[in-house]
Amino acid sequence: MKPAPFDYTAPAELSDAVTALAERPETARVLAGGQSLVLEMHYRRERPALLVDINNVRELDTITADGDALRVGALARHRAFETPTVAPGALGRLLSRVSPLIAHPPVRARGTMAGSLAWANPVSEWCATAVALDAGIELTGPAGSRLVGAGEFFLGPFRTARQPDEILTSVRLPLLPGAETGTVGVGFCEQHRTHASFAQVAVVAVLTLRDGVIVEARLGLAGAADRPVRAHEAERHLVGREPEPDVFAQAAALAAAGADPLSEPHAGVEYRRHVIGVLVRRALVQAREDSESADFFSGAGRDGHDGWEAR
Amino acid sequence: MTGRIPVRLTVNETPYDVTVEPRRLLADVLREDCDLTGTKLGCEHGVCGSCTVLVDGEGVRSCLMFAVQCAGRDIRTVEGLTADGELHAFQEAISAEHGLQCGFCTAGFVMLVVGALQEDPTIAEDPERLDGLLASNLCRCTGYEGIRRAVLRVYGKDGTRQENGTAED
Repeated sequence: MKPAPFDYTAPAELSDAVTALAERPETARVLAGGQSLVLEMHYRRERPALLVDINNVRELDTITADGDALRVGALARHRAFETPTVAPGALGRLLSRVSPLIAHPPVRARGTMAGSLAWANPVSEWCATAVALDAGIELTGPAGSRLVGAGEFFLGPFRTARQPDEILTSVRLPLLPGAETGTVGVGFCEQHRTHASFAQVAVVAVLTLRDGVIVEARLGLAGAADRPVRAHEAERHLVGREPEPDVFAQAAALAAAGADPLSEPHAGVEYRRHVIGVLVRRALVQAREDSESADFFSGAGRDGHDGWEAR
Repeated sequence: MTGRIPVRLTVNETPYDVTVEPRRLLADVLREDCDLTGTKLGCEHGVCGSCTVLVDGEGVRSCLMFAVQCAGRDIRTVEGLTADGELHAFQEAISAEHGLQCGFCTAGFVMLVVGALQEDPTIAEDPERLDGLLASNLCRCTGYEGIRRAVLRVYGKDGTRQENGTAED
């Protein structure tokens, strides 16, 4: 036993959890998967006076397609995203590429996507994914719910736009439709020192192709700044061009040059910048190959339902 | 809310009524209050996996969960793998394949493997997924090869699992 003493409440209703948090917002913490928070409590870098455990709030344990977005409740664990059928089409393929690279199976059985966003580790895979996709982040407090875009949500290492009296209740990931706008391909690459280590750099790539030309490009980077960022300059370079090796190489160089990575003992600034370039190129190649296979299995890939409806 | 909280833990299908501070880890309560010392604590940081137990059938780090979180959940430790004190097929395989030396990590590996392979035996057929699973826990004696062979001995294509069925217990 290492954590400092705290009070504990585990309500079954979201409204009770919000009330409990609002009574002591500055000293209370929300407990979902706890795979980062409890570790920090061991170190006593986190010393909450009250833990509001939301694990009994069943309404938060859902993953549903809601209009044009996948609504991921605060209790959806990392492991739920290991299979592509978790979401229709390209979004399911992307999430199932990201999830297996998060920690290891026992941590993925407990840790949650929403919790990762609330924790806001600058090398978190889900944070880079959320920024790449322009996810909506739902925060619920005493005054009700509000939706914050991922681009405005992350303020720095472990700092977010969440107010102390708010619970991050869901993540809205836009579905990635292909049929009308083109074919969507997704890629994900990361560099880590050992199997279950945190990423030093992670790259999310989403390409939309029409008639052999890139019409939309999304690049989300972790480890490229003090928070997850889009590589806007590289994205602009890709749009209107063909998905060819030299175009990818130019985009990778732009992403690397535009990065402002933090230095760490095993990943200095120059090293990280180099890795960003390598991984952006690889993630783009993956995305192009993914779009080709999605196109090939067009019945499944294009209408965006492969396996989703059967589930 | 403050102070100690009464909790009924169901461990290996046996109820344990304990009164614990919220800050006490599941691993500590299992060892100190339930006298189930098969579960080991190594790093207490979620890294080594020695404390892996099954909660509702899933392998989890019992050093990263509080006991008060486990009321009403089905907890299984290495002591509860078989009903009669016999070794589980995977425990026998770990012994046969030299999958342990000092033994400190063994209970964690046993729970990790049995939990994951009971849910999805196809992990044994995919070397990459099996690597990913075994990389969850640390073993500093065996180099993991013996543990991997033990998994294949029970859950692999010609494994004993189908023959004696004890791995399903």
